[in-house]
Amino acid sequence: MLSNPLAGPGAAIALVADREICSNGRAMRSQGNRGGMSEKKFFDEMLNADGSVRDPYRILGEWLEGQPRQTLRQLSRDAETIFRRLGITFAVYGAQESTERLIPFDVIPRVIAAAEWQLLEKGIEQRVKALNMFLHDIYHDQDIIRAGIVPERLIVQNEAFCPQMIGLNPPRGIYSHIIGVDIVRTGPDEFYVLEDNLRTPSGVSYMLEDREAMMHLVPDLFHKLRVAPVETYPEDLRRTLESVAPDACTGSPNIVVLTPGIYNSAYFEHSFLADQMGATLCEGHDLFVTDGKVYMRTTLGPQRVDVIYRRIDDDFIDPLTFRPDSMLGVPGLFDAYRAGAVTLVNAPGTGIADDKAVYTYVPQIIEFYLGEKPILNNVPTYNCTDDDQRAYVLANLEHLVVKEVHGSGGYGMMVGPAASKKMRAEFAQKIRTRPDNYIVQPTLALSTCPTFTGSGIASRHVDLRPFVLVGDKIRITPGGLTRVALKKGSLVVNSSQGGGTKDTWVLKD
Amino acid sequence: MMTLGRIAANLFWMSRYVERAENMARLLEVGYRMSLTERGEDESSDHLLSMMRAAEVDDIFATKHDVVDVSTVAHFMLFDIDNPSSVRSCLDAARTNAKSVRTAITTDMWESLNSTWIEFSQIHPRQVLGNRLPSFLQWIKQNANQFRGALLGTLMRTDGFAFAQAGGFIERADNTARILDVKYYVLLPQSSEVGGDVDIQQWTMILRAASAHRAYRHLYRDRYRAWNIADFLIFRKEMPRSLAFCVTSVAAMLGMLEQLYGEPSSCHDEAIKMAQRLTTSDMDKVFAEGLHEYLTAFIASNNGLTDAISDSYNFY
Repeated sequence: MLSNPLAGPGAAIALVADREICSNGRAMRSQGNRGGMSEKKFFDEMLNADGSVRDPYRILGEWLEGQPRQTLRQLSRDAETIFRRLGITFAVYGAQESTERLIPFDVIPRVIAAAEWQLLEKGIEQRVKALNMFLHDIYHDQDIIRAGIVPERLIVQNEAFCPQMIGLNPPRGIYSHIIGVDIVRTGPDEFYVLEDNLRTPSGVSYMLEDREAMMHLVPDLFHKLRVAPVETYPEDLRRTLESVAPDACTGSPNIVVLTPGIYNSAYFEHSFLADQMGATLCEGHDLFVTDGKVYMRTTLGPQRVDVIYRRIDDDFIDPLTFRPDSMLGVPGLFDAYRAGAVTLVNAPGTGIADDKAVYTYVPQIIEFYLGEKPILNNVPTYNCTDDDQRAYVLANLEHLVVKEVHGSGGYGMMVGPAASKKMRAEFAQKIRTRPDNYIVQPTLALSTCPTFTGSGIASRHVDLRPFVLVGDKIRITPGGLTRVALKKGSLVVNSSQGGGTKDTWVLKD
Repeated sequence: MMTLGRIAANLFWMSRYVERAENMARLLEVGYRMSLTERGEDESSDHLLSMMRAAEVDDIFATKHDVVDVSTVAHFMLFDIDNPSSVRSCLDAARTNAKSVRTAITTDMWESLNSTWIEFSQIHPRQVLGNRLPSFLQWIKQNANQFRGALLGTLMRTDGFAFAQAGGFIERADNTARILDVKYYVLLPQSSEVGGDVDIQQWTMILRAASAHRAYRHLYRDRYRAWNIADFLIFRKEMPRSLAFCVTSVAAMLGMLEQLYGEPSSCHDEAIKMAQRLTTSDMDKVFAEGLHEYLTAFIASNNGLTDAISDSYNFY
């Protein structure tokens, strides 16, 4: 089932060998041609090593200097009021949960320079293009398997592979239309993609709400800095969805957002997006299929549905094709989709391209389909079925992160530097027993950003999830969701573990 | 314009439940006042029982309680989730309906309902049963008013508005008819000749339950008379809780839907007929037919109207 909007892969990301390890000289060894992670300490996005302010942060830095701590504290309080008023209160399901549901928000924005963003944008565009081509290939001729680049076993025996999608031709050949790419930064020009999130990524409502709050809180800063807008997202989303309407649909397509319902933890986002786009928010039982066409039950009788932005997992969208016990889906929906009567966004089966085991092949996937070198780095990943690599992994577990191939949200993983001896021994045993069930990565040195804490401004680790739309063209909203580990020294950005969010300001040229 | 039948139903019932929560508070307020002024315990419990009969929850109460006293009844009417019409049950239902249609209601409406719900669920019955009951009941009414104000002041005049309003008026008409029916025997012409203190007190109770005891004076410039009270709550269009006012309002909302959709509906015809019956009839006819019989028939056709709306607009 869907998870908490911010419980994405944060827990599954890796952390950093902390300073002590570095200073003890036990920092990660050089890894030869394996992508070489830098050994230096964390990259501070605001300050240079000599303490001077990096250029993109110059104006923000001056502004921060002029703010007494009291002002920032007041801004934080105001932010909470704004979130309740703007609609995050919608997420307050029960009185008991009310405090939990307000995800902490940091009032100091994260700044990304125009040139830095252009690099990210290019890299993301390249990646999502290649991954959509990969999906098309995997569900058609499987050239990449025949070329010996991706092993067949990895695909056809993969739980995320959806045989029902074989031979199906979605409009414009696009499988994953709505994507949230998880990125961490380790240096001025070093970005790593942790996960591609090609299924039903969430969190975009927080990006929009965070910006809305900042516009209320610090309008003066927006005057000083030229920040690229994110408010275009709902309109871009609508245009993207319209552009992938079935060929048979003439005129303005009827778009709906399909939600599992009010008890889903991301329901706020579902209703928020439907509202912002002017689409109807539907549950499974609001839709039905007759004569191969999808309809919604309206006050004026059945109305044809053309595009479904579904926020229900593959397994649950159609009890006739997938899980028969699903109460959330629409019986017959997949057949209608197959017949081209309706477009599902994203397509079922996109998980095969963001699977952790397939992830390691993304650089080759990019080269195979586009003939280009990858712009963004993959986190170097050890393959435990290889004897040499497994030996290295077992000898260095205290510096590494181990992830279960099909795990998510932090389950079935071990963060070496933070794990106990006993836990490391357990994972060593697991890796020996089932080497193909685990991938292993070095701990990454997540960059830090200035963050307002109880004791003033301090550096905290961040990651970034930009949101990508793929339709008649690729639209990447400048910015995204920055998650920040609010606890001192913490490297986990998950909201469930003390993580918060920040507004992300991409500067215009 | 396209609205899911489910959304229309959710809006309709959201309003009904808010209205019902308010009416439960009104009924309880009346029962409470009556029991304060009554000397004998039997008479006091009679009032409470007839009040629960009006709400059609007397049977459930009987299965749970042997004692009929103010605090037991108040707890049952306010907090008991086994009572489908308790204020808590109504607020739960209203909020669940609202949550399902968040894209169809405004933030003001949601916040009004949600904060009422949160505050209500944080209240411990001990805090409000007893001396603080009247002000708590007042609080419930004020919150219902606030929600209605948010609806009138912020909701777009599209089909959703018509569904929400129709639901509220149907519920109110139902409630007024029930209040009258419970005390119909004191409104019979014969008993009005008796005109004793007890009767006057009971009439006051009926009017209070409809927030109408002062309005009555302004309109009739007379002491309480059974005939007038029934006339007031059934036929007077100036009275926003009268059957005539409510049914006319429902008909207007259904007319608005017809216009918006450009399609005639059978439920609109039905509402117009009901409204016509109310405008062409008078108290002579009602008493000739029998007040109880008249009200029973009204409640049935009011329920029939809900069914007709559900059919016409594909509620599910």
